[in-house]
Amino acid sequence: MMESMTAPAPQATTTTTRLARTVAITSGKGGVGKTFFSANLAAALTRQGMKVLVLDADLGLANLDVVLNLYPKITLHDVFTGKAELEEAILPAPGGFSVLLAGSGLVEYSRLTPEVRDQLSTIFEAVKPRFDVILIDTGAGISDVVLYAVSMAQEVIVVATPEPTSMTDAYATIKVLASQQSREQLHLVVNQVTRQGDGRAICNQLQQVVERFVQGANGSFPKLSFLGDIPLDPSVRDAVQKRQLLLELHPGSAAAQGVVQVATRLQARG
Amino acid sequence: MSLLLQAGWTAPEGALHGTTSWLQAVVDGLCELSSRDALTGLNNRRQFEAAIAREVDRVARIGEPALLLLADIDHFKRVNDTHGHAAGDVVIRAVAECLQDCVRPMDLVARVGGEEFAIILPNCPPAFGQAVSERIRQKVAAKTAVIVGGQPLSVTVSIGGAFAPPWVRSSAALWSERADQQLYRAKSEGRNRTCLDMPPLTVVSAEEKGLLFAGLTQSDLTEPSGSGDPMPKTTE
Repeated sequence: MMESMTAPAPQATTTTTRLARTVAITSGKGGVGKTFFSANLAAALTRQGMKVLVLDADLGLANLDVVLNLYPKITLHDVFTGKAELEEAILPAPGGFSVLLAGSGLVEYSRLTPEVRDQLSTIFEAVKPRFDVILIDTGAGISDVVLYAVSMAQEVIVVATPEPTSMTDAYATIKVLASQQSREQLHLVVNQVTRQGDGRAICNQLQQVVERFVQGANGSFPKLSFLGDIPLDPSVRDAVQKRQLLLELHPGSAAAQGVVQVATRLQARG
Repeated sequence: MSLLLQAGWTAPEGALHGTTSWLQAVVDGLCELSSRDALTGLNNRRQFEAAIAREVDRVARIGEPALLLLADIDHFKRVNDTHGHAAGDVVIRAVAECLQDCVRPMDLVARVGGEEFAIILPNCPPAFGQAVSERIRQKVAAKTAVIVGGQPLSVTVSIGGAFAPPWVRSSAALWSERADQQLYRAKSEGRNRTCLDMPPLTVVSAEEKGLLFAGLTQSDLTEPSGSGDPMPKTTE
């Protein structure tokens, strides 16, 4: 109570030039819990005092709305087509953060046409001054839309699981981002680990292969910054099925704690 | 006018000398003439430069992969010296025809120098680049240009190529330069070959995969064993 009364005035009134820290979340392989992670990371960052927006850039097959149990009347699609203002499409999400949803099945946006590209970047520039952190939840794979969405962000979090297919796709993603976008540092989060320390081991393994085979545009290999692992936890499935944030439904679960730790490390490395 | 007539231009039917439609036909004819190479009928250097500038813009805006190939006839001086310049012209025409036959209607083939040709291939995925340039090289090598005197003569080409970087506002000069470096490489590596400046690889090789899993057998990761620390239990 006292905190809110003595809290400083919103930053927007004191600083007008500060732009949000922008972080893209991508994985290569689908089904690794990327959207689930994005939503809960946003909630964790919000609890740590950040003003957070999640931009759903999974334009072809978005499901952030499903994860958050939101059924918005207005989506990015309406902004794209001029049917609604950007303001109307920025919605409050359960965890106290804001979302900009694509709406599912916008097949016409699954290809990166110049129009989609221009609209995405216009919207992105417009929201940057208004938040502390913007998370861009991208689609699976390394299609041109995904790569473009990632290219808009200053930082990237690659989400992987210990599955060989996921590790391979995460590696491919790192390779592409290093060579095409000259990324010198990439954050890594390992989801669904069964033993503590596995995430770190996977990160080290990826780093080793990266150092040997990946060369960025500037000649050096990218560094992986390990943000933490999130244990395989039945409470995650429960939260997904109930369409609620893990951080709200099972805040004490191991997986929720893992997400909070990732948020803390991300802040520390800002 | 004499230039036009010499190039085989004829006034369209019904267009009387001096009328607007006749004048339009003359202008069209001159435009066409100024964009063509006289010897081969291919696009000339002027036309090529306009086309590559357009393509750089297009790739920057649309992000489609585009390939530029530069093909140079191998040991062309030897053809001229041994068989005469008329034979050289026949060879150049034969190669030009061959190149034009090898590509899609949307591709642009131009003669940009004495024995040097350029091909712009819009919307050409990197995976097809090697195949298309190799096909062109083989077709030229297989083709026999019959020269004056009835003596059959065939030549080969060296090809260098580079992809335009998608979504990047590059320049025609930089793109050409990369293709030119590859052409130089093809020449110095022995000619009659193709060298492409491939965009960054996105493929994960078997060796990389092997190393990726070298230290981590799957049983280590998926079956918690006594040796590792078990995950903390859910507190709920």
